[in-house]
Amino acid sequence: MSLSADEVRQVADLARLEISDADLEPMARQLSAILDYINQLQKVNTDGVEPLAHALELHDVFREDVTGHSLSVEEALANAPARKNDFYRVPPVFGE
Amino acid sequence: MTNFTATELLQKQAAGDLTAEAITTSFLARITQHDPHIHAFLAVTDPTEQARAVDAKRRRGDALGRLAGIPVAVKDVLCTRGQRTTCGSKILRDFVAPYDAHVITRLKEADAILIGKTNCDEFAMGSSTENSAYQVTRNPWDLERTPGGSSGGSAAAVAACFTPLALGSDTGGSIRQPASLCGIAGMKPSYGRVSRYGLIAYGSSLDQVGPFAHDVRDAALLLEVIAGHDPRDSTSVDLPVLQYAKVVDTPINQMTIGVPKEFFLPSPSGRGAGGEGAGLDAEVEKSVREALNIYESLGATIKEISLPHTPHAVAVYYLVATAEASSNLARYDGVHFGHRAAAFNGLIDMVKKSRGEGFGAEVKRRIMLGTYALSSGYIDAYYLKALKVRRLIRQDFDRAFADCDVIMGPTAPTAAFKIGEKTADPLAMYLSDIYTISANLAGIPGISIPCGFTKAGLPIGLQILGAPFTEEKLLRTARMYERETEWHQRRPVL
Repeated sequence: MSLSADEVRQVADLARLEISDADLEPMARQLSAILDYINQLQKVNTDGVEPLAHALELHDVFREDVTGHSLSVEEALANAPARKNDFYRVPPVFGE
Repeated sequence: MTNFTATELLQKQAAGDLTAEAITTSFLARITQHDPHIHAFLAVTDPTEQARAVDAKRRRGDALGRLAGIPVAVKDVLCTRGQRTTCGSKILRDFVAPYDAHVITRLKEADAILIGKTNCDEFAMGSSTENSAYQVTRNPWDLERTPGGSSGGSAAAVAACFTPLALGSDTGGSIRQPASLCGIAGMKPSYGRVSRYGLIAYGSSLDQVGPFAHDVRDAALLLEVIAGHDPRDSTSVDLPVLQYAKVVDTPINQMTIGVPKEFFLPSPSGRGAGGEGAGLDAEVEKSVREALNIYESLGATIKEISLPHTPHAVAVYYLVATAEASSNLARYDGVHFGHRAAAFNGLIDMVKKSRGEGFGAEVKRRIMLGTYALSSGYIDAYYLKALKVRRLIRQDFDRAFADCDVIMGPTAPTAAFKIGEKTADPLAMYLSDIYTISANLAGIPGISIPCGFTKAGLPIGLQILGAPFTEEKLLRTARMYERETEWHQRRPVL
């Protein structure tokens, strides 16, 4: 299993992760080595085996629909890199 | 004074021989003197006020919490209100947590003294604490070696007697492996035993918070304080918390110990391309076998068992954990909190640059691997395949626990390795978790306790695994051995 630099770039786009051109080749090499190792799983017979996503196979945990404590606007915005009034401030979304 | 266990420090306060303030002052002085060489802490808080408040309560005769006046260090992946919580990452360099994690609330209710935040691999991704963006923590037994990871700061802090107790988190061995490498007790509870509320997520189906301590009695006490149902974590189970500290000294009669043959293979990984596998070290094997002999002398039956899917656990883990991480770490977008790049061209570029600048190499690698494993065309071959093998791993354990009370083996294939030894080869680093990872995949509890030292003077750990929610049995079993041995009383000379 071998990933090309182009494939790495494509996955990085999906992950919204900037990777410099200089880092593409080493990343491709390391990921390829890890995938080679991981490919041992293809040899395991899993016919009829259900996937196990979670050790506790819990479903639908409910609580009473009542208002509880939540962060104030100030607390919620305190760590924001940029804000305007009571909002998170982001670069323009339209026109990209 | 800093050599004492939490249990001893509680007794001395009750007897009037020590105050919380005196205890705090001693530990702070030791941190000031020696942490510049160990680098266990990212932040040390001055808890004198907390300590005085505990002493005042005691003087007034008010009810005191279970950890009154006892310092506890906390891995910097747990939110502490009003304090920086960095996860060892540049992306959270300036993040001040707006609330306390559930376990922090529990510690405060127990009158514990929160003494500081400890170093870790960035977002708990690593096995040596070398992936921290801030500093490399040293093993107190040998400053040229790593304390293990990812909770290496917490483990080193207890081993160095900077604090009698610490909290870590364990996603693939991140409590048990550093406990083993630092010669202390460290426990990963069953998945769901301890609330993850306020634990910054890495692999949500695997993460658990757990205790570090010098001995099993102290670990039992700290687990008792943090365990239990919390409605804010929907995976926290509503089962009664037993009085672990009270029963820990009661031995288990007629116990059957399963010893998986897969944990003693010379090259347990079956590793293909990429270099040598991480085989079980002969000195580690010898100490673990001797520990089994002690259990036999205490009346236990030793039974060789097989966990046939163990050789695949590392491969499964690096798909499941990275897939979950790629989703969990999507929240670091430069919008709500965390680092934002200074210069960018539009929204998408802002997100990409902020993440590219804020995350370190290992975090990027795991986000990439997880994104790839979940991407269209690969999800069946990688992620779903891994989940199927995960069920086979769980079934191996279910079968084993039908016949055995506990499972024992080494915690890590080797004693502490050198700083820099494995950083160039991510896969070699991953394989140092080969014996611990399957417990997280199966959701079962595990503890590591010291069971000897190498000729070079490095600690060796014995791992004990139990069926889900058998923490009490695990702690009692570990304590049986501890009462017969003195490894847990050794302290490194700094």
